[in-house]
Amino acid sequence: METAAEIVIALLLVVSGVFGLVGSYGLIKLSDPMMRLHAPTKATTLGVGGVLIASMLYFLVFGGAPSFHELMITLFLFLTAPVSAHFVAKAFLHRNIRREEVVPARHGSVWAGYSPAEDAPATGEADDRVE
Amino acid sequence: MIAYALYFAFGCFGFALLLNLWQVARAELIADRVLALDTIVINVIALLILYGVARGTAVYFEASMLFAMVGFVSTVAFCKFMLRGDVIE
Repeated sequence: METAAEIVIALLLVVSGVFGLVGSYGLIKLSDPMMRLHAPTKATTLGVGGVLIASMLYFLVFGGAPSFHELMITLFLFLTAPVSAHFVAKAFLHRNIRREEVVPARHGSVWAGYSPAEDAPATGEADDRVE
Repeated sequence: MIAYALYFAFGCFGFALLLNLWQVARAELIADRVLALDTIVINVIALLILYGVARGTAVYFEASMLFAMVGFVSTVAFCKFMLRGDVIE
């Protein structure tokens, strides 16, 4: 029983370590900023989730008592990772992409982050735009 | 066996942390730097939990919880500042 638990915990730790490394490597490797957003928010979050599950199993089998702190951290991370990714994407769009370059919104509405109506570009003087 | 897996995971997340620091120093867009800082926080959470498992104590969960909260709030504050030029209007 304990050997099986050891194998499972070790496997989880190794897999989640690889996922964390892949996420951070993708952050410097991928070319486009919107692509770069994917690596840390998906792979790294999955890696941390694996570490948390391994920790839960470890304290359940070897610590004698089940611990539920990890569930709190998992829930918090899985709730906040999409929110912060969305915020970063929005800030990037706001600073670096001109209003005319984005895909047009559905008829009669505008994208949030760009000022509504008028024909003047919303982010005329953003300083570090990419082409 | 768990000890070696722990060493491997420590190495992976430590190296990931170095890559993130490199990205913070090198990136040309501000959004990239903020994203790298957010990833640093997530990697530090993983390292803290791994350290707690290695030491066999549950004290470090509170620390990682605090890191998660502070990291989220700081990311949102950075992005809010980039979007609006102010954090709390």
